[in-house]
Amino acid sequence: MENSMTLRFLALSRNESFARAVAGAFFAQLDPTMAEMADLKTAVSEAVTNCVVHAYGDDAPNRYVTLTMTLTGDTATVIVEDTGCGIEDVEKARQPFFTTAPGEERSGMGFSVMEAFMDALTVESAPGKGTKVIMTKRVGGRK
Amino acid sequence: MKAVCRKKDGAAFVSLSGELDHHGAAAILDKLKACAEDEAVKKLVVDMSKVTFMDSSGIGALLGRYKTMSEKKGVMVLKNPNGQIYRLLRMAGMASLVEMN
Repeated sequence: MENSMTLRFLALSRNESFARAVAGAFFAQLDPTMAEMADLKTAVSEAVTNCVVHAYGDDAPNRYVTLTMTLTGDTATVIVEDTGCGIEDVEKARQPFFTTAPGEERSGMGFSVMEAFMDALTVESAPGKGTKVIMTKRVGGRK
Repeated sequence: MKAVCRKKDGAAFVSLSGELDHHGAAAILDKLKACAEDEAVKKLVVDMSKVTFMDSSGIGALLGRYKTMSEKKGVMVLKNPNGQIYRLLRMAGMASLVEMN
């Protein structure tokens, strides 16, 4: 199966559930198990939340998140991109429980969850250049 | 996201319902904090059975309350999370707080 879609929305917290709902509707085409669907939605939620929480200052213009989802055979690919502040040290940011916002009730588990729930995770980022998160997962489905 | 809290005999029972993501956590955080920070509360029981989704933002909100309860030598219990939520709790080292019935 081949299919692809791109969605662009403002980096607002109320769009986190919107992004999950879209991911659920799109990936339903793969007929995933409930556990696989939960994994995909959770990974999308983590990546989008990172954009909402970290990418932009409150008064930044063009606070957009771009979510691209692709199906290739039985593999789901999710790309979540922002044009925000970027990550200074990606390796550090990916460490479990690392957070730049310790006073704000953040667990620092976002990237760990994406890694655990998907098969592969790539993070491309540089300060001032935005962040691009690419995740893939093979979906066995209920076949 | 909703949080309903009732207190009895030094225990606070909080029933959460909805999606505990970053947006949902912000909506219930003040209520959850107030329950945990109440000096009279020695046991905090959070009913997770009506939470349909949680991500690491939910972990952050729960972990903060666990710290508050631990600091005052209190107890925290997470009741009946679904499978997706339990998996996250386990990743965060919080599986020992879970009670199922």
